[in-house]
Amino acid sequence: MKFKTFFWFVAPSVFMMLLFIAAPLISVFIQSFQITQPVMQQVEVETCTPGFLTQTCVTETKTVPIIDEATGRTQTTTEWVGFQSYQNVLQMDKFWSAIGSGNWGDILQIDFWKALRFTLMFTLVTLPLVVGVGLMIALAVNNAAKSLRGPVIFVSLLPFIITPVIGSLSIYWLFVGDGILTATLERWTGQDIAMFAQAWTIELLMYFYRVWHVAPFAFVIFYAGLQTVNMDTLESAIIDGANRFERLRYVIVPHLMPLIIFIALIHLMDCYRVFDEIIGFRSQAHVISLQWLTFDFLTPDDAGNRAISRAAASAMLTMVGIVILLILPLRRTWRDHKRGAH
Amino acid sequence: MSSKATAQPLSLKIASGAFLAFWCLIAAFPIVWIAVMSVKSPRDAFAASAWDVITGPATRAAGNGLSVIDIALGLVFLYFTVRWAFTRLPGMVAQFSPPGFIVLGWLVGALAYGLVFVLIFFGVLPYVFGALNSIAGPLGTPILGLTTEHYVAVWGENQFYRNFINSMIVTAGVVTVSLTVGTLAGYGLARSGSNLAFWLLIIALVFRALPHSVLVAGYLPWFINSAEILRPILGDLSPTLYGQPWAIIAVLVAINQPFTIWMLRSFFQNIPAELDEAARVDGCSHFQAFRRVIMPVMWPGVITTGLFSFLLGYNDFLVTALLLDAQNQTMVPAIAGYFNRETTTTDQVEAVAAAVSITAPLFLLVMVFQRQIVSGLTAGAVKG
Repeated sequence: MKFKTFFWFVAPSVFMMLLFIAAPLISVFIQSFQITQPVMQQVEVETCTPGFLTQTCVTETKTVPIIDEATGRTQTTTEWVGFQSYQNVLQMDKFWSAIGSGNWGDILQIDFWKALRFTLMFTLVTLPLVVGVGLMIALAVNNAAKSLRGPVIFVSLLPFIITPVIGSLSIYWLFVGDGILTATLERWTGQDIAMFAQAWTIELLMYFYRVWHVAPFAFVIFYAGLQTVNMDTLESAIIDGANRFERLRYVIVPHLMPLIIFIALIHLMDCYRVFDEIIGFRSQAHVISLQWLTFDFLTPDDAGNRAISRAAASAMLTMVGIVILLILPLRRTWRDHKRGAH
Repeated sequence: MSSKATAQPLSLKIASGAFLAFWCLIAAFPIVWIAVMSVKSPRDAFAASAWDVITGPATRAAGNGLSVIDIALGLVFLYFTVRWAFTRLPGMVAQFSPPGFIVLGWLVGALAYGLVFVLIFFGVLPYVFGALNSIAGPLGTPILGLTTEHYVAVWGENQFYRNFINSMIVTAGVVTVSLTVGTLAGYGLARSGSNLAFWLLIIALVFRALPHSVLVAGYLPWFINSAEILRPILGDLSPTLYGQPWAIIAVLVAINQPFTIWMLRSFFQNIPAELDEAARVDGCSHFQAFRRVIMPVMWPGVITTGLFSFLLGYNDFLVTALLLDAQNQTMVPAIAGYFNRETTTTDQVEAVAAAVSITAPLFLLVMVFQRQIVSGLTAGAVKG
């Protein structure tokens, strides 16, 4: 295909990606070094309340935003503030003082570090679970009678296809205060259980939700991979006296290795974006993630202001994180491509 | 795997079967349970014993319930309507839709079927059954509590249908635009082995990894002030992009683009290049070959990719919550509004009913398109 034809085929897609992905990235980068604030002025206001004989009047100076006569909006200024927004998000002074005083736990009181800790732990804990559970379901389905496989795949797809917010809500409702599973657990253990009162139980439920949601995806891919296992290799392994576990370990898993890497890569990307669970489980008081932090800065506060520059700074930090996580897998792809080309 | 050497001991078979049954229970339970909760009165829905939630004594006491006759006749009716959908409906769609518009015919057919189904099931049958129950004696007394009041409250009083329409507009837009743009790019990338194509794909992969909040942080200031920014160019027509469904469509299409082109590329690579070469020899331009020869054999891939675009548009919370205002909110962010005023248990059950309403279309989707979803999941992975 000639370059010109190629160009016209790809142009609309590339244009959309440049306009709505690349351009916002540059915009976020610039915003993270700027801060936009309303211009304030001091005004003397005299307030009078009716009193006996004379009115009681109080004069005070108030700080109010200047309103533009022409448009009726508040005037704003934009300044370059360097790394100040990053400083506001990272709060390095508190970070260092926590390290200096030896109270490592205090670091996790700062929103950003709290979010980073949860996001990374969430990604790393669920990754092996998703791969393991997915592989187990795939092996079990492969073992089951042919007529059962269709219905099992149908049921398995439900957790994967469900809207993440709704999926986490459905689990939330099972465990909320008087939910059915909490009630059952309380009857068994004889204690009062509140799943949503402390961070670690919420986190456990979040890990469970994510594995429940993503394991079907891993399962479907592994199941497809299992159909192409080389039967001759498997048979020679049996002749060599390999038992069931050794066959799984030395024949089937190596065969599935590219798929495991693929799932790990996709899972890494998706897990790092963990967000919907925070909304579904309403856990913002206990557990937050990096995406939620940015979302929170972008949501208007009670006065209707959005902390755009702080959101931009936390967004840039989030992006740095995913780039670091992806460097290794991407270098591998690049090496494979070069080897393929030569 | 029928040879003697690979035959499995009974214990292993039982263990694997039990594990599978356990997984199916876990996979389906939360979804089934919220569906059960949504049709009970608040007291039953949050009852401490599972049996009470299923049978719903409080709901029954309030006079809402199904009798043996209701259940038996309802199941028979359900069986025949579902059977009809699979035996007669395809024929009727093929007969009545104009040639070349079979997809449109299916859309209209499915919509009409759904409408008639809801009308008969919730409009006509309750009255017929009510009359039957009153003359049937003991068989006619309700044994299973069931009420649709929360659905009526959600869709009627709370005007959830507005959110539904907004969701449909956004998802339909996302699917159409991202498939149009994506098939062109996917074809170009699949047929070009150049380094540029490789780099485009890698950049797309990096873009896919970006958290959406990063992008939204970039859009928000521009979208809110777009009327002033665009004024020098467009004059007084310049729109405020914030809160516009079509702006959301554009954003979601772009976010979805990296994934779409990867998936479509892997489908296009399965179509032999000889096919377009033959068309080129016959005098087609590249675009004509794409339009007339490749696209007709690409439908499975396009439908699969369309399904995944649908899911992205339908399931999205973050982008729609931040970029749409309350008037034209889609369904998923709208449900967050229920938490904020979720003070009584009635509110909670209404939120459950809204959640089930959001899930129902997805359930139908898996039923109809299971094969395509599975093939779409594996397409990306197996061919890498």
